[in-house]
This record gives sequence, C-alpha cells and structure tokens, in this order.
Amino acid sequence: MTFIKKPIFRHPSLPKNDLGLTYRDYEGLVSTLCAGCGHDSITASIVQSCYDLSLPAHKIAKLSGIGCSSKTTNYFLNQSHGFNTVHGRMPSVATGANLANRDLIYIGVSGDGDTASIGLGQYCHAIRRQLNVTYIVENNGTYGLTKGQFSATNDKKSKNKKGADNPFGAIDLALMAIELGAGFVARSFSGDKEQLVPLIKKAIAYNGFSLIDVISPCVTFNNHPHSTKSYDYIREHNTAMGELDFVPEKENIQAKYSEGESVDVTLHDGNSINLQKLDGNYDPRDQDKAVSILRKYRGEGKVVTGLLYINEDANEMHETLKTSTTPLNAIPMNDLCPGIDELDKLNKSYT
Amino acid sequence: MMKPTDIKNPSYFHKVVDCQWACPAHTPVPEYIRLIAQRKYTEAYMVNWESNVFPGVLGRTCDRPCEPACRRVRVEETPVAICRLKRAAADNKSDITEHLPDIPKTKNGKKIALIGGGPASLTVARDLMPLGYDCTIYEKDPKAGGLMRTNIPSFRLPEAVIDEEVDTILDFGVIKKFNQEVTSLKDILDQKYDAIFVGTGAPKGKDLNIKNRYEAEAIENIHIGIDWLTSVAFKHVDKIGKKVVVIGGGNTAMDCCRSSLRLGGLDVKVTVRSPKSDMKASDWEIEEAELEGVPILDNHSPKEFVIENGKLKGVLFEKMIAEYDANGKRKLISSGEDPVLLECDDVILAIGQENAFPWVEKDIGIEFNEWGQPTVDKITFQSSLPNVFFGGDAAWGPENIIWAVAHGHQAAISINNFCENIDLNERPDPITNLLSQKMGIHEWSYPNDISNSNRFAVPHTDHSHALSSIEVEVELGYDEKLALEESKRCLNCDIQTVFTENLCIECDACVDICPVDCINFIENDTEESLRLKLKVPALNTDQDLYISDNLKTGRIMAKDEDMCLHCGLCAERCPTGAWDMQKFTYIEAHTEESKILNYVE
Ligand SMILES: Cc1ncc(C[n+]2csc(CCOP(=O)(O)OP(=O)(O)O)c2C)c(N)n1
Ligand code: SF4
Ligand SMILES: [Mg+2]
Repeated sequence: MTFIKKPIFRHPSLPKNDLGLTYRDYEGLVSTLCAGCGHDSITASIVQSCYDLSLPAHKIAKLSGIGCSSKTTNYFLNQSHGFNTVHGRMPSVATGANLANRDLIYIGVSGDGDTASIGLGQYCHAIRRQLNVTYIVENNGTYGLTKGQFSATNDKKSKNKKGADNPFGAIDLALMAIELGAGFVARSFSGDKEQLVPLIKKAIAYNGFSLIDVISPCVTFNNHPHSTKSYDYIREHNTAMGELDFVPEKENIQAKYSEGESVDVTLHDGNSINLQKLDGNYDPRDQDKAVSILRKYRGEGKVVTGLLYINEDANEMHETLKTSTTPLNAIPMNDLCPGIDELDKLNKSYT
Repeated sequence: MMKPTDIKNPSYFHKVVDCQWACPAHTPVPEYIRLIAQRKYTEAYMVNWESNVFPGVLGRTCDRPCEPACRRVRVEETPVAICRLKRAAADNKSDITEHLPDIPKTKNGKKIALIGGGPASLTVARDLMPLGYDCTIYEKDPKAGGLMRTNIPSFRLPEAVIDEEVDTILDFGVIKKFNQEVTSLKDILDQKYDAIFVGTGAPKGKDLNIKNRYEAEAIENIHIGIDWLTSVAFKHVDKIGKKVVVIGGGNTAMDCCRSSLRLGGLDVKVTVRSPKSDMKASDWEIEEAELEGVPILDNHSPKEFVIENGKLKGVLFEKMIAEYDANGKRKLISSGEDPVLLECDDVILAIGQENAFPWVEKDIGIEFNEWGQPTVDKITFQSSLPNVFFGGDAAWGPENIIWAVAHGHQAAISINNFCENIDLNERPDPITNLLSQKMGIHEWSYPNDISNSNRFAVPHTDHSHALSSIEVEVELGYDEKLALEESKRCLNCDIQTVFTENLCIECDACVDICPVDCINFIENDTEESLRLKLKVPALNTDQDLYISDNLKTGRIMAKDEDMCLHCGLCAERCPTGAWDMQKFTYIEAHTEESKILNYVE
C-alpha cells in the first residue's frame, strides 16, 4: 500500500483528447493493492481506453463484486458512477442499473473467484440476456483477497505457492461465454497493454455483452514457478490470435493492412475493428472455430489471446425486451407510475 | 542502440540534481533544505558554509543560477526559493564556533599573499588557513569584503551580516594589511611569498564619454555607479539631489536607484539603451526597484549632458528601436523621434565594470591578452607566472559572488598543490555516495510527500519604513513557519531512482503509477529515435535518458530524467525492489576533508 497521494503534477506535454482532458483526468485513487499486481495494469488500460475514446466520465457506471480485482473500480474514473456490490452479485446490480438507465456505459470488473465461483450463475444469466456491459474478469487463478486459495479458473496441473497440487480442472470463462451466446469474447494479458487497450475500447463500443478475460498475475500468491498464471508463464505460452486495431467511425486506417491479411468488422454504431490475421485461417466471426481453437490450445498448454469471437448481429437485452428507448430515470414520474386508478383499471381488465 | 547508463560515473546523477549542478560551488541544495525542514539550521548553515563560505550574504544577494535550473519549474511556475531558504538557515542558526576548522598553531612555513579582500581571496584564506598556511590579505579599503561590502547597499545586505561572515575567516588568524592599495606586483613578488593570489575584482566602472561629460559645471554631479556605492558604503556620501537619472540596466543600476531614493532622491529614473526585456539585471531586482516607484525607461540612448546656467540641467537621450537579423542578433537603431531631455540634479553611470591591472608591471612575466585580460588557466587558475594565481572577477571579468567563491576553492587547491610540489592538474576527486533510503515497505527516510503550494513570498518591511534609511533591510526573510512550508516544495532531486534490471519482472507497476510518465519499457534504439518513441517524447536533450540493460522480454527500461519528481512511487509500487530510491551525495573536493556528512547523518 502506498501512503502518499499521487502528486498532482503532470508532464506538461501530455496529449489531450477531444474533451481537452489528459489521461490523468480519468484516474482514480492510488491503488491499495500489492505492488506489481496485474490488476493495476488493467486499471491503467481502462483509464487509457476511456481517455482514448474521449468518454465523459459522468456517462460511465463502474460496477464490481468483491475481491482485489473488484476493489479496482476505486482506482479509475474518479468522476464516474460506481457500485461495489456483494460477492458475485455484480451482474444483478448491473442488470438493474442498465434497465433503469440504458444511456450509461457499463463497465463491470470482477475476479475469477467473484465470477467463476460464487457468481457463476449470475454470470451465465447476464450473458444469456446479452446485458450491455463490458465485463472484465481480472483472472489470477486465485482468491487474492482471501490469501491465495485455488480458484475455479486455476489449471489442474498447477500448484499453489506452498507446492500443493490443484486437484480440479479449470472453468474456461471465455469458452463458456461463447457457448452461452455472448456477442463479444476476448482474452488478454494484463502485461500486454498494446493488445488489451484496443480490446477494451472495442468492447466498450460493442452493443451487448462483451467479456474480456484478462490473465492478471497475483504477485503475492500466484506468481511462482509452478503457476500457470504468472508473468513468466503467460509470456512464454501466449499465442495471440490477431493484432487488433480499434477504428473509430471518423477515422479510416484500412490502408495500413493489405487486402486478405485483415478482417474488418463493422459495428452497429459505425465504428469498426480491424483484425490483422496472424493465423491465416482465423475468423473471429466463426463460433465453432473459436470453440475448437480454445480447446485445441488449452490441450497444448497455450493461452490464446486476442479477440476470440464476435457476433455483429446479436441483439442486446433492451432490443430483445423492446423496452422504452428513453431511460426509465428520464421518464416523468406520472408516466412511469400512473397511479392506483390505472392499476385498478389494469387489474379489472383481467376479470 | 543505446548503451546502459553508467550510474557509477559521478556526473550522471550529479546532473540530475539540477540545482547543485547549476551552482558554481556545487552546494548540496536538497540536503540543506531537508535540514531546514528538520529545524537543523546550524547544520544547514554549515553545509552551505563549507560549500559557499558566505551563506548569510549569498542568501540575500546571490544571483542564484540554481533557481532557473530548479526542476519544479518544469511542472509548475516557480522554482523553490533556494536562495532565501539559505538565508533562513543563516538567520536561525546557533553559534557555529565548534564546527569551524581547527587552525594549527604550528604553521607549515608557507606564506601566501592575497591581493584584494573580496570573496575570492577570503575563500582562498578559508581553505588554506586550516592547513597551516600563513595568509596575508592586502585590501585598499579599511575593511575586507570587497564588492559584498562596497557595492551591495545595506538595505539589501546589512553590514553586520558581512562583518560576521568575513570575520569568521579573518579570525582564523589572517594577517590584515588593510587600507593598503597594492600599486606594484613586483613589490609583492619581492617579499618572497610562496604563492600570490590576485582577487582584486573588477573595480573599474565604465565611463560614458559623451558631450559635456568633463565640463567643470557638471563633473561634480556625474557619478560612476560602483565608486558612488562604495562612497555610500563607507559613509563618505550621504545625500544626493532630488532628481536623479541612473543610466544602465544591470543590478548595479538597480542598487544605485534604490540607494538614491534613500539619500534624498524623490524623482529617480533608470534609463537603458535596449528594450527592457534585454536588461541584464535579475528580474527580482528590477521588480523591487519598480515596486519602490522607480520608472525604467527603455530604448533611451544617452547623447549629451545638458548644462544650463552654469550647472547640470539633465541628460539628452535619443530614442532607439531594436532590430533583429535572421540569426536573432540585435541591432539598436535610432527611432527618428525627437530627442528626450530628462532633467536631473545628479546622474549615476552604471553601464558596466572591468577588471584592470595598472599595478601589474608588464615585464614581470604575467601575460595579458589583447583586451588586457590576464592569461589564466580555466582549471588551475594559474597565470603565466607559476606562483601567481587569479580568481573571482579579476580572472575573467565581472561575474558574481558565488563564482568568486567557486574560483577561490579551486585556486586554494592549486596553491596547495603548488606549495607541495604536486602537479596542479591532479585535482582531488569529489566525494560521491549512493545510499538506499528504504526504511520500511513504503517508508523512505526522505520526505516524498511534496507540497503542491506555489512559492511563498518573502515578507518585506513596510514601504515607508524601508525608504526611511539606507540601513533598513527591505526583506525580512522567511520566518520559521514560512521556511518550513517553502522547504516542503523541494523535490529532493538528489534522491535518485536506481534500477536493477535482473530484479525486474516487467509488471508495468512503475509505468502505471508514475505521475509524470517518465518510465518506459521499450525496444532499444538510437537515442534520437528512442527519445521520440517514449510515452511522452523526451524533447529536452539537456536531460539524460536512464537506460537499462536488456530485460527478459528483450526490451529495455528507458527513463526520461527530465520530469521525474523523485516521489518514489515507482519504487513503492515495485514488487521486487528493482527500483530503489537512493540518496546521491556529491561533495565538491576542497583542500581539507569535508564535514558535510557529519551534519546530515
Ligand atoms: C458472500 C461472501 N463469501 C465469501 C467472501 C470472502 N471472499 C472475499 S474475496 C473472495 C475471493 C475473491 O477472489 P477473486 O474474485 O478471484 O478476486 P481476487 O482477489 O483474486 O482479485 C472471497 C471468497 C465474501 N467476501 N463474501
Ligand atoms: S493478493 Fe494478489 S490479487 Fe490481491 S492485490 Fe495482492 S497481488 Fe493483487
Ligand atoms: Mg482472483
């Protein structure tokens, strides 16, 4: 933990975004996590992404559950709305908030414990409904906050810090998300901001449920030689599926890639992503392919990262439910709650 | 490809301590500022005293090359008030006697003559007396101190402060030959001193040879600035006319106009030939003069002294405009407007000064160049006559006190080498040291929680009281509370970020926390392209890049020293101790062993 406040002084030549802000205007409080925790790098990537997208902070809600990872919402976007919920219950609160105000951008931050153990049911239903949220799992294969128990995403062959074997197999949250119908599924590594930042920007722009499962080493409990979620292991076993570039609507940088080497995916809102193919056959729009690649590489002990799957045509929850396009919190009270007489009328209509 | 930085090279980290690097005497500035924050004023004073000999004087008058260099100006508007904090140490110190060097009773048998009793000579005496030398100071005035005493008026520098710091050295047992102007170097050479140091300053004020300069009716009322200030200092002059014109744009001009206000001047003006922005005077001196109500008329070139009814009527000026050629070189040309007459009772000429050696015989082996400057070695301060050394303004013309002190220290080393038959180019090494400041997991033994405040103004005497007498000091100095608050603004640039590559796991924690984006993990490249590729391009090439060896991923760590706040957050967030905050000590070598480490530990 750091005792001093981060100095207010900044580099005088920091670039500014369309809102005239520097990235430092998107910061939160100084992290209280262990020094070197991967979660802090994810925080920095979220800050960078929101800055890059010139998002106004008051249009963002950040939500989380419980865990070191879930604490991090305090460390970015100090000016945004926020809700630290109960362990594993972030998806419910996010669903409620999103139903009440569909105009905000929702960023959910969770851990592998928070999502794959206690919150697994909530996770599944949020995906099933295509809740419009950017769901970031800060996945360190352990319960960091409660001192290093194996989590449900920890690989079977790995050991804990003291050398004990993990007897159970891992839940692959990305694979599960694809299976449950998520429209945007990615995996990344906290130590690779060049990949992570475009993914986050893309996920925020995506209309529907977007998962980014970010492997994020826990320096204190899960960064030892027998860990499969350590800095060294991930760097050695990382197989990036493609180099991603987020292309906001107003820019067009297609010229950067030669034809045939890249896939352009245009989104609802006119933004697009450009995926440069490293593996010539990989097309993230192919669900079966995505599933088989994940299975194949897992068998080889590799970690596939990048944008794994995207469905451009999926409907988000509000579209499915045909809810009001005006956010509930903007509808006048009289319309929202017409009163006892209207209720009586309605009840009578069933008799 | 850039090579890993050699942090063992003493200059590398020294350069990062911008204030100390800029100080001609290399005073360990952050060190004394931390001592002030701990209310260890005597220790803070002694750290200064060892480096610059006249902390009380310099804390009021130094030209402060350290302040424009202060890192703080890169992230906010104003530097730390380094100079005025020095004064706070001097004002609040206790008796320093026990800390002064022992002067051996038995002398080493070597005799040194010091010509001129200013800061350069006094510094040489300060450095040689503790080694057992017999030092004799020749001074033309009744008291030692040189320009500190004669050219800086008492409302800026009270006599008591000069007396105290000059006497500290004279009391080492220096032989005083005061009121004795040396008129022949040969005479001194004949007295068989083992070495002679010339520290006679730049005592010749420039004259202005325009029409009517030497007319009998005017001559009494036209004064050479530095001579006039000297007469004021020794109380030979205690009044001036009501209307005064001061010609010149340097600090002497500012001292002359402000002194005039205190000696009866009611309408005092300063004129300069050039645009105001080109004036030589320090900004703060100009500001003080203007605050006291002195107008500065720029682009005024003096043409003639006007005499009417048998007395000086005023000065006639031609208005000028500055023109700059493609290379930015300035030319002053007439604006074509009508000349302007400024009426006055007295004129003070403060248009520069020079060193002058009418007393050095041309045939005794001292070489002079075509401009009449002695040939002096830049490092050893030796002249072409091996036993004669020059320093201060006498060596290369007018500078300021802190340069004279720096010269004096170096000349003392040379004189000692010379007397001991050691090669003069064998200079002693500075003391350097790196010491970890880690106290606990997140605790450092230096105050890293720096203040966000702007510079604190130094309290001044009430305006009308200030003008009532030339003896009233205008600045009151910081009180303890203000000094403490100001000291918290120091960024502790001597506490270095030291990187150990084999401990780094490249987790990015330091990159993410750094408030000023100096740290990068990046592919190696040439310096030129690397500078452009950093998170924020490192465009200030005066400041180095700190480069590591190759890391596990094949990248390197590249840190731009330019903006670093030395806040220590990188080291706090580093899980493996690859970053550490280490205090870099740099102590300039003098003739005797340094005591600075005793004061700071
Ligand atoms: C209902 C409930 N059960 C158990 C806990 C104890 N608990 C706190 S954090 C945590 C695990 C967090 O793990 P993860 O989500 O992976 O976060 P990390 O700390 O690893 O980032 C547990 C079990 C709790 N706070 N609340
Ligand atoms: S315990 Fe692990 S997850 Fe928690 S802050 Fe420390 S390193 Fe991060
Ligand atoms: Mg976890």
